[in-house]
Amino acid sequence: MKKLKASFPHLGSYHAPLEVFFTAGFGVDYIVPPPITKRTLEIGSRYSPDYVCAPFKYHLGNFIETIEAGANTLVQSSGVCRLGYYGELHEQILQDLGYKVHFVNLAKYKAPKPINFYNGFKEIKPDMSLTKIAQIFPVVLKMFEHIDEVEDFIRQNVGFESTIGSFDKVHADFLSDLRMIRKKKELNNTYRNYMKRFKEISVKKPNNPLRVGIIGEYYTIMEPFSNHYIEKELAQMGIIVDRWLNVSNTLLHYPKKEMKKHIEDYVKYPMGATSIPTIDRALDYAKKGYDGIIHVKSFGCTPEIDTIPVLQNISNDYKIPILYFSFDTQTSETGFTTRLEAFYDMIVMRKEAKK
Amino acid sequence: MSKAYLGIDVGSISTKGVVLDENNHIKASTYLWTEGDPLYAVKRLLSALKAQLDSSQDKIVAVGTTGSARKLIGAMTGAAVIKNEITAHAIGAMSVHPDVRTIIEIGGQDSKIILIENGIVIDYAMNTLCAAGTGAFLSSQAQRLHINIEDFGEIALHSTKPTPIAARCTVFAESDLVHKAQIGHKKEDIVAGLCKAVVTNYLNNVGKGKKIISPVIFQGGVSKNVGVIKAFEEILGMPVTVDTNSHLTGALGVAILAKKSKVENDFCFDMTDIEFKTMGYECKKCSNNCEIICIYRENEIIDAWGNKCENGAIRKSYKN
Repeated sequence: MKKLKASFPHLGSYHAPLEVFFTAGFGVDYIVPPPITKRTLEIGSRYSPDYVCAPFKYHLGNFIETIEAGANTLVQSSGVCRLGYYGELHEQILQDLGYKVHFVNLAKYKAPKPINFYNGFKEIKPDMSLTKIAQIFPVVLKMFEHIDEVEDFIRQNVGFESTIGSFDKVHADFLSDLRMIRKKKELNNTYRNYMKRFKEISVKKPNNPLRVGIIGEYYTIMEPFSNHYIEKELAQMGIIVDRWLNVSNTLLHYPKKEMKKHIEDYVKYPMGATSIPTIDRALDYAKKGYDGIIHVKSFGCTPEIDTIPVLQNISNDYKIPILYFSFDTQTSETGFTTRLEAFYDMIVMRKEAKK
Repeated sequence: MSKAYLGIDVGSISTKGVVLDENNHIKASTYLWTEGDPLYAVKRLLSALKAQLDSSQDKIVAVGTTGSARKLIGAMTGAAVIKNEITAHAIGAMSVHPDVRTIIEIGGQDSKIILIENGIVIDYAMNTLCAAGTGAFLSSQAQRLHINIEDFGEIALHSTKPTPIAARCTVFAESDLVHKAQIGHKKEDIVAGLCKAVVTNYLNNVGKGKKIISPVIFQGGVSKNVGVIKAFEEILGMPVTVDTNSHLTGALGVAILAKKSKVENDFCFDMTDIEFKTMGYECKKCSNNCEIICIYRENEIIDAWGNKCENGAIRKSYKN
């Protein structure tokens, strides 16, 4: 039998734990997907239905790029919005294009019950060793958490680094070291060392810096190429950026009940996908007196469109400005920077007026 | 010799220029079509402005640029301030009407709403992926109906029963318009209907969820259209103020910002004979393949942008 070379579409910085999971857990090769670029979007758009949400196009483009890089087993996740249909359509499109790959659509295995996970995993590699997976699984989960903790710290500080690029450099080293880790103890040490290094980077934070919270749709918020590197742009303006939405928070620490309770004055029913955390975080940032909120989504993302009237109510009640971005396949920066610069001017003026 | 400040607003459709004196009085102003060539439009703009000024009296000490070509024109003119058009419009409007609460701005390709409280911008919105309800839409419909865009508003005022026209999207509006014309609606009713459609589209999209409070200022090229002004006043149920210089507000605002910056540089009007050109190429230094734009003045590079990372940075001293 041919050697299994598995891959999963690129999302933010999470390729390291996925690589560890596939190589150590399943004992298969893992093809790290090429980073998302204009080319990814170009091929993705060429073979996708025009009106599908942009993440579908990024995924499809990235699948094709991973096949070119040698992958023969592609994995697509399940999801609670249109994402749940992605796999089936991706598989069909890739098949029609003549790619002969093994496509594992985890959406077929529905709800997160252990038996369903087991069946899905079995499809990736029928003779997998459950012991190995059970050994590596907690390490992988912890790795997701550590990546998120590190990136939270970066978002708070990168805008104020004394030497531009210091955080990016340590961050890249951190991600590359994670790929070698197989044991929890190693992971703890690496994480501790790197946190120390991050904290040693010289930053010059003003007394009362601008604070902006980012909320919105799962993929667009996490994949920097798809949101025109919005967090980097904000950091360069000298703004502290807060974002709750990430893999570990949604997968491991999702206080759905508390969030629903917190937002009950604004919404009675959940509107699907990331709508609850979007509204919950907006309300929290508003209550904490943040200078502004930015809502990020792909064009046509229904759950996030539904949250907009609620966000407008929060914006009116707490007098907090909210900027709305809808990203599709356009790569021109002009409209994006105009709005972002105006937003910056506005929150600066508001802050000065408050003094 | 007295100091003067130049503000240039280069939009997708029109290019605007204003020269201010120390007391924010307009000494010269021009409005012309961009025609898809911002560099050439600004050259023409500068000669037109120069002709209105007395060169022995006024000396431009600072330039500000705004509009979608602000960066390019900023590099060309050595601007002290390069500012987005939302802030520029707000500053310009507040300089004329300090008590303004709502600014409605409709230009060639975009439209915005700016909300102001106690002299500061508290919220704004700009149209997103669609140009429905902007100047470009009105002028293409005027062409279809064979009327001058300048007469559009006057014709609308003659209507007593504006034809209802779908306002959601230009494509729907256009086919609705054609059908209504073919079944015999009068031209002035259709024109009035279009003006109304622009207003409804604006309020349903850009103005969605925004509280419009009087005094309302209407500016941008479309504010010259009396039909649209009337439709706004009817639908909002409040007076809408349009300044004589409502089409110049962005240029005015950025000229004020250039003055405030206190950065002063030599400036020369004679750019007509200087050759400016831009060249784009794809940076191959990493997988991002950024599109880099280089600006040349007489074959010497004066600025470049478009790179996402340091790898693609081009130093100004680097000559091609």
